[in-house]
Order: sequence, then C-alpha cells, then structure tokens
Amino acid sequence: MQVRVLVRLKPGVLDPQGRAVHHALEGLGFAGVEDVRIGRLIELDLADGTDDDTIKAMCEKLLANTVIESFTIETGAAG
Amino acid sequence: MAFRAAVITFPGSNCDRDMARALEAVSGQPAVRVWHGDADLPDRLDLIALPGGFSYGDYLRSGAMAATSPIMRAVIAAAERGVPVLGVCNGFQVLTEARLLPGALLRNAGQRFVCRTVGLTVENTASLFTAGYTAGATIRIPVAHHDGNYYADADTLDRLEGEGRVAFRYTEGVNGSARNIAGVLSANGRVLGMMPHPERAIEPAAVPALGGADGRKLFENILASLAAA
Repeated sequence: MQVRVLVRLKPGVLDPQGRAVHHALEGLGFAGVEDVRIGRLIELDLADGTDDDTIKAMCEKLLANTVIESFTIETGAAG
Repeated sequence: MAFRAAVITFPGSNCDRDMARALEAVSGQPAVRVWHGDADLPDRLDLIALPGGFSYGDYLRSGAMAATSPIMRAVIAAAERGVPVLGVCNGFQVLTEARLLPGALLRNAGQRFVCRTVGLTVENTASLFTAGYTAGATIRIPVAHHDGNYYADADTLDRLEGEGRVAFRYTEGVNGSARNIAGVLSANGRVLGMMPHPERAIEPAAVPALGGADGRKLFENILASLAAA
C-alpha cells in the first residue's frame, strides 16, 4: 500500500528556506507571493494492512520532529 | 585521578578526534572511542561525549538518524542513570532528536553556515559543566554550524530560563536562536547540549588562531566535579 506523509513546519516556526525562496520568486518578477513554507513529502510503500497507529508511530518516532513539525498521513493515494 | 570518558563516533562525525584530544589533554587519560553501531557502552563512564559533524549526512534532519542508532539506546539509558553527557554541535542536535534535551535546532536564520569565534555569556554556574565559570562572564568559543538556530515553544523557553537550564547565551545574534540560547541543560543538570565547540578552545598558549582557552575550563569543570563527588 502506498502512503504519503506530508511533514510541515508548525505555524510560527521560522522557515529560512521558505523565506529565501519567497525572495527569489519576487526577484523573478512574480507578484502577489504572500508567503512560502517548505515541507517534506515522504512516500512509503508499506505491507498491505499496515494499521494507522503504526504509521502514526513512524511519524512521531522518526519521520517528523513534533517539536517543530506537524504531519499528515494520506493512505490509499494513487501512485 | 582516574577519568573515563567515551567519545561516540557516528558516520559523518568530524569533531570526534578533537573531542577525544581535548579530553585527553585536560584529564591525562585516553578517551574510549565508541562506534555508533556498538550496542553497549564501556562500564563505569564518567562522561559520554557526542561530537560535532554531519552524522548520516544530516539525512532527514540534523541528528535524526543518529538518534535512532544502536549506541544511542545505551546513551539514553546511561543518561537516565545520571552519567554526564556532553553534546557539541551535531551532538547537541542528536540530544534534542533523542529527546534528552528539549527543543530543536533549525536552519540558521540567515541561511548561511556560520564559522567564527563568538562571545558567550555564562548563565548557569551550578552544573558540573559550568561550575568553574563566573556567572555573567563572557567567554569566547568557536562555532561552526548550519543548523544552530535553537527553537522551543515559549512555555518551554520560560521553563528552561526559570529552572536555570540555559547554560550559555550568545552575546550577539549568531544564528537566530530563541533568546540567543547557545547551550541548554537537562532537568538534572547532567546533560549539556551546546552549539559552540569548547573542544576547539583548549590551548592555554596565547594562540588566538587556535580558538583560545575558554573551552578548556568546561572540561576542567567536569573533572573537578568528579573529584569533589
């Protein structure tokens, strides 16, 4: 089964990368860029039937650092 | 005095030899070198040091992979028994990822790798690492990092400050760290994580290019606390 984990910096946590990309977009002449935040997409190929609690534990133990990041889990995503 | 310190080496550690050398220079005893894949630490350690570097290539997040390595289970167990642990730079990142210390180290606010000698204010003089410093004194220690921007939520920062667990603060903006925090202590004061490199500032001779000698005191403090215990 395909699982996608989206890891994002929590609101309020400074994202220097996002800020630099924001400036770069403006430098390229794109108007109206209000904010840029950069996260991480992790694609997992798991054994069928892996339960949600196990996936959540993977996120909490390693894939995200919950001090600074939040995560969302999308199961059953088409490849 | 017998002094037994272990220096952990992860793949990508690059300050492990400096750390071992600093410990040997100050204590006169060789440091035990431990590999990340080892399951066990040597017996009766007086200190465990996690060195700087780029463990596991900083994959996922700085320190995240190292925090899951076999030896870290032993380090966490030792810390829970009260064995002193010092994490410098990447070692600090590993300690936060292993949840032995609160907070996290984010990318420097200025996006750039910062490599220079900076001023630190000594905030805590009660811990075994800091007892020999003068409260409020400014010491000069080199930094060299890309992810040294200390972050914790406001409640955690208030708690750390209220409990005297901020060991060192930058005297100037270096990397965007919350409240200019450069080093923090665990609740029992026996785990210290800091971004600056005391092991690069141990030369007593007046050789500023070698980082000065303000870091030597930190290692001397550890030895003195053991002698007093």
